[in-house]
Amino acid sequence: MAPSMQRRQRISSLFGAIALILALLQPAFAVQPDEILRDPALESRARALSKDLRCMVCQNQSIDDSDAPLARDLRLLVRERLQAGDSDKEVIDFLVARYGEFVLLKPRFSLETALLWLGPVLVLLASIGVLLSWRRRAAPSGEAAALTLAEERRLAALLDAGDEKNADDPSSPPPAGA
Amino acid sequence: MIAELGHYALVLALALALVQATVPIWGARTRDLVLMRVADITAPAQFVFVAAAFAALTWAFVVSDFSVAAVVENSHSAKPLIFKISGVWGNHEGSMLLWVLILALFGALVALFGRALPPALKADTLAVQSWIAAAFYAFILVTSNPFARLPVPPAEGRDLNPLLQDLGLAIHPPLLYLGYVGFSIAFSFAMAALIEGRIDAAWARWVRPWTLLAWMFLTLGIAMGSYWAYYELGWGGWWFWDPVENASLMPWLAGTALLHSAVVMEKRNALKVWTVLLAILTFSLSLIGTFLVRSGVLTSVHAFATDPTRGVFILAILVFFIGGALALYAWRAPMLKQGGLFAPVSREGALVFNNLFLTTACATVFVGTLYPLALEALTGDKISVGAPFFNLTFGPLMLPLLLAMPFGPMLAWKRGDLLGVAQRLMVAAAIGLVGLAAAFAIDDHGPVLAPFGVGIALFVMIGAVLDLVERIGLGRVPFATALARARGLPRSMWGTAIAHFGVGVVLLGVVAETQWSKEQIVSLKPGETVSIRRYDFTFRGVAPRQGPNYTALVGQFDVSRKQEPLGRLEPAKRNFLARDMTTTEAALMTRGFSQLYLSLGDTHPDGSVAVRLYHKPLVLLIWLGAVVMVIGGAFSLSDRRLRVGAPKPARRGVAVQPAE
Repeated sequence: MAPSMQRRQRISSLFGAIALILALLQPAFAVQPDEILRDPALESRARALSKDLRCMVCQNQSIDDSDAPLARDLRLLVRERLQAGDSDKEVIDFLVARYGEFVLLKPRFSLETALLWLGPVLVLLASIGVLLSWRRRAAPSGEAAALTLAEERRLAALLDAGDEKNADDPSSPPPAGA
Repeated sequence: MIAELGHYALVLALALALVQATVPIWGARTRDLVLMRVADITAPAQFVFVAAAFAALTWAFVVSDFSVAAVVENSHSAKPLIFKISGVWGNHEGSMLLWVLILALFGALVALFGRALPPALKADTLAVQSWIAAAFYAFILVTSNPFARLPVPPAEGRDLNPLLQDLGLAIHPPLLYLGYVGFSIAFSFAMAALIEGRIDAAWARWVRPWTLLAWMFLTLGIAMGSYWAYYELGWGGWWFWDPVENASLMPWLAGTALLHSAVVMEKRNALKVWTVLLAILTFSLSLIGTFLVRSGVLTSVHAFATDPTRGVFILAILVFFIGGALALYAWRAPMLKQGGLFAPVSREGALVFNNLFLTTACATVFVGTLYPLALEALTGDKISVGAPFFNLTFGPLMLPLLLAMPFGPMLAWKRGDLLGVAQRLMVAAAIGLVGLAAAFAIDDHGPVLAPFGVGIALFVMIGAVLDLVERIGLGRVPFATALARARGLPRSMWGTAIAHFGVGVVLLGVVAETQWSKEQIVSLKPGETVSIRRYDFTFRGVAPRQGPNYTALVGQFDVSRKQEPLGRLEPAKRNFLARDMTTTEAALMTRGFSQLYLSLGDTHPDGSVAVRLYHKPLVLLIWLGAVVMVIGGAFSLSDRRLRVGAPKPARRGVAVQPAE
């Protein structure tokens, strides 16, 4: 395992260096006519896959967008695998085995990326939690419960009167029946 | 000599900044009006000196003074004048100088137009503004002197990165910085309020125009950058979730949230503690963005600076200001009194909802942008977080926001009637559904998402219009009355409706472009024709062309539709000699709001050429929508109550509509 990984790293870094040099030569552009597969179904799968794969010598570009030679090689590789009958998942697995997780623009869920994927949900839940606790603190609960029905009505009337007095938008919706 | 004068002017600006950073705030503590007023003089003076420094650097670029290192690195004598000028900020040193120029500009504007501000608040605000300024002047002088001379000047410069030699990119950074840096005012106001330990609705009214102004510029700047990427990078994308783009999007999201929470604070005296925090966070995100772009932590199309000493310096500034501000906040915020209770279903509630999702979206972008950096620093593992991640997470967070948007302005303050508002939005919902059905009917085997996107966009747009229609009573009252009401309606309400309408427009453009774009990648020989959505492109051949500082290979394509000629498209590849770099210049043809997009690839010995061809329906709406949003902002800014320096909250609009 270890030697193969070492080899893999060495190859990929060598590959990276070469590709970087080639990238600096500024050739061509992204997907080229001669790459396109004859089978439109396969081709559209290849395009979709390419959009999720990173051109590893570029800054934040998918191999679909990149004009680097490495991206072209990867595009051809993806098409090769598809033509060999691989499923989308098999292609992805193949590339990850070869180039590491770095090749995926959409990281897979794992222990390492758990915070990334759950981050938005956690932030949303935490914010809602904070909001609820603010509300509880802002509205002293005992008092509200202590109001009698008559008091409530009076309060409502006062509030409404206040509303109209400083109604800062002229059209704040007129009460339905008014 | 001129360069030295510029350098000296910058040193003087630093000296002034140090005075302004200390004297007025001391005056505010001792209630000494004379000391407080020092800032009124130093702030404009700072601006004058930084402007002088900026002018000196611009002069060096314009006359191609190749004894100045920055000019050598980024200019060329054969470059057109406009790009000589834009080259000033097309590099690290110059762009930092632009950064402080705008910082000083905002400081000066507050000093000049903030006459109505309480003297202590104004003094504190300008002092804090000057702390930031002093830190960045020092940064420039210590690590990034734009005026550094070369002992042996070369005869010719190395030219500006060709990608940046473009009109769009000439105006993109100034706009972006006006937004980015403009948020410093909100930050300084927030810090001043915390130092004073007092904050009220009036504070929100003073902060809002500045925030709005910064937000407008940032919106324009982001849109401009997006359009630039679209036509310049040659593959027709307009948003790449590049870390540098995210760096500008984060302050925009936080700033948009701030605009909305400040409304609640101004009108209802509620959400004070939160609004202050948002003001701090918004500018902190601007600083983080500056750090990300300027430190070279990320290297991408935009990031042309890499030097660790700079990174460490900016990081220190970052830690000091963000850490300091948050510490002060933690200490002082509990002293700020909360006010204004409201029910969950109310205008306030809607604005809280808006803040909830905008900040979560902002946090998502933040985490996604920094996660790979953090993970690599902690574990050494490299992962990529790119467009597919953001599309998957950001999109769903925008959805509730978009759906709720038409409801917000229609809900009453304190307690709203959700059902009533829903009834009033029936027309918008109906039109949205019709749009959805129509989209399905037109394109029945297209992407499923598209019709729903169109439906939501229409709902948002019509919802915004309905809000206005209802407010002026169009259709309910005689037309003349409605017209009079429309005229009397506060500008800020027009602003809200227009800006919200703009969001719908952007959404429509985004949906149409992402879901219905058509692409062709083919190899053509002269005389051959390729068709896309019934537009025929006939390739006539390629011709060389000589530019001022490049040579170009221009492809010529005749475009026609149903035999009717529409004109010629000339996509090009430019080779810039000084850097031996090639750029693709896509050719665009606008048809209504849609565009045909043609970019040139490899040429082959047999005379054939690879082309990338797109039909992008309604793509222009993406940027026009942003412009509409900015127009909404301008309306709101022109509202009497918000006018910078308005002394008193003017009673307004009361006579327009009798209380019903």
